[in-house]
Amino acid sequence: MSVKQVSIFLENSKGRLAEVTRILAREGIDLRALSLADTSDFGVLRIIVEDPDRCLAVLKDNDYVARVSEVVAVEVEDRPGGMSRILDVLDEAGLNVEYLYAFVAKAGKNAVVICKIDERERALSVLEAKGIRTISSEDLEST
Amino acid sequence: MIWNPDYETLPGEDLKRLQDERLGTLVDMLYRRVKFFRSKMDAAGVKLGEVRGIGDLARLPFTTKDELRSGYPFNLLAVDLREIVEIHTSSGTTGKPVVDAYTAGDLDTWAEAMARTLSAGGATRHDIVQNAYGYGLFTGGLGVHYGARRIGATVLPISGGNTKRQVELLRDFGTTILTCTPSYALYLAEALREEGLSPRDMGLRAGFFGAEPWSDTMRAEIQAKLGLAAYDIYGLTEIIGPGVAFECERQEGLHVNEDLFYPEIVDPATGRVLPDGQKGELVITTLTKQGTPILRYRTRDITYLDRSPCPCGRTTVRMHRLLGRTDDMLIVRGVNVFPSQIEEVILGIEGVEPHYQIIVDRRNQLDSLEVQVEMTEALFSDEIRDLERTEKLIESRLYGTLNIHSRVKLVEPKTIARSEGKAKRILDKRQI
Ligand SMILES: [Zn+2]
Repeated sequence: MSVKQVSIFLENSKGRLAEVTRILAREGIDLRALSLADTSDFGVLRIIVEDPDRCLAVLKDNDYVARVSEVVAVEVEDRPGGMSRILDVLDEAGLNVEYLYAFVAKAGKNAVVICKIDERERALSVLEAKGIRTISSEDLEST
Repeated sequence: MIWNPDYETLPGEDLKRLQDERLGTLVDMLYRRVKFFRSKMDAAGVKLGEVRGIGDLARLPFTTKDELRSGYPFNLLAVDLREIVEIHTSSGTTGKPVVDAYTAGDLDTWAEAMARTLSAGGATRHDIVQNAYGYGLFTGGLGVHYGARRIGATVLPISGGNTKRQVELLRDFGTTILTCTPSYALYLAEALREEGLSPRDMGLRAGFFGAEPWSDTMRAEIQAKLGLAAYDIYGLTEIIGPGVAFECERQEGLHVNEDLFYPEIVDPATGRVLPDGQKGELVITTLTKQGTPILRYRTRDITYLDRSPCPCGRTTVRMHRLLGRTDDMLIVRGVNVFPSQIEEVILGIEGVEPHYQIIVDRRNQLDSLEVQVEMTEALFSDEIRDLERTEKLIESRLYGTLNIHSRVKLVEPKTIARSEGKAKRILDKRQI
């Protein structure tokens, strides 16, 4: 199972990130997770929100270039080695992780790791086979 | 179809001999009859007997538009006014107009040049030519008119505008050939669509469009919407009007009527003659004109010449469709850069929209060229690597065309300032 992520193109200049978060807040869109990757010129903001489709519509209304894509979400036990086990499993299967970031869905609960993997379907079945639970958008909402 | 195979397919050596001869006669006549040209040749230290052919052309002085203006109205005539049978002028919107005075012989040459032009697009005496170029002092209307008459076609001299009437004639008279500016062709196509007429309801099969720059994208659109083959034609009032160069059925460059109008390409900054294939300013010498002949006229149009043989059989040199105007040229690190070259590269990349800006700056005595390109849905990826690859791709394509390095920067949509809906293309921040 996978999760929908919204990614947004931002220029790497002062105030751009604040601007987009302000717009989302105004529209009542809650950011469950946020990660910014950037170069000297530009950045890509990746966010997890409750209603990705509405979020996308809001962004487009405000002239942002954005898209929704499916990413793998894994719950990581809060103990040493929890994260590296997941990476080992993916590595052994020859799966390449383009990027990842983690967040805590709810205070006191396990962390959730978002991974962008090109062969998403295969990654999901490899993880399931090793008993690593992947989570869906619905799971996120209920956490 | 080739209207005049005797001249249009003349073997290279014969063509050169003809040009040499004609240039000799021209220089002789200009020196003897036009004070302006005599003074210029004297100043350049050119002696009459020394000009034996095209090989000596580079030694002769250029003529600029301002000089032609200063000859207003009749100072540049090479014949007595009695010999002049018709006069056209440029628009004169930015000063005194340029006067083009035609003898009966010049009108004959013009009709010949335009007959070649129309024939190259397949026009014959069986065609009905709807001529929607303006009639009047502007050369477009009568130039096409004389050419169409020469080949024996039926001319509808409707002139420009009056779109409702244009649509009626197109439909009722079974017009087969349309001549107008490319932008008016698109406008007409829209009007036809509103009337519920499709290309199949009309007999159009060819169109000759010029008097303003257009692109291959625009050609494709015109061809699809009007159901005709769209040919680019080139000419200018200062030389004769339309009829200087035209496309053949290959639509790969415009054949120059070089037995009549000799083309050179020069570096706009230095005036140095450039080899074939290099982009620069088009310079034209009229080889047979009688009323107002001109030596090495600086057109300010940017193009390049191609002498490779054309499958159509014509031996005349081809010029690429116009790439821009010298007025828009930038010199970056000593290299001439035309915004149109940058545009061509950018629009050739899938997913890019025509919103970009060229920023030239100078730091530590070194020019920098930055091209900002607005991000689009199609270009976007959630992976930084893909976006960097896009920047590198555009940079390497630009290098391939410009031969200098530029830096491409992806920017957010709608961040490039637009005036009247169009993006402002060039920002030169250098303080020189
Ligand atoms: Zn040809």
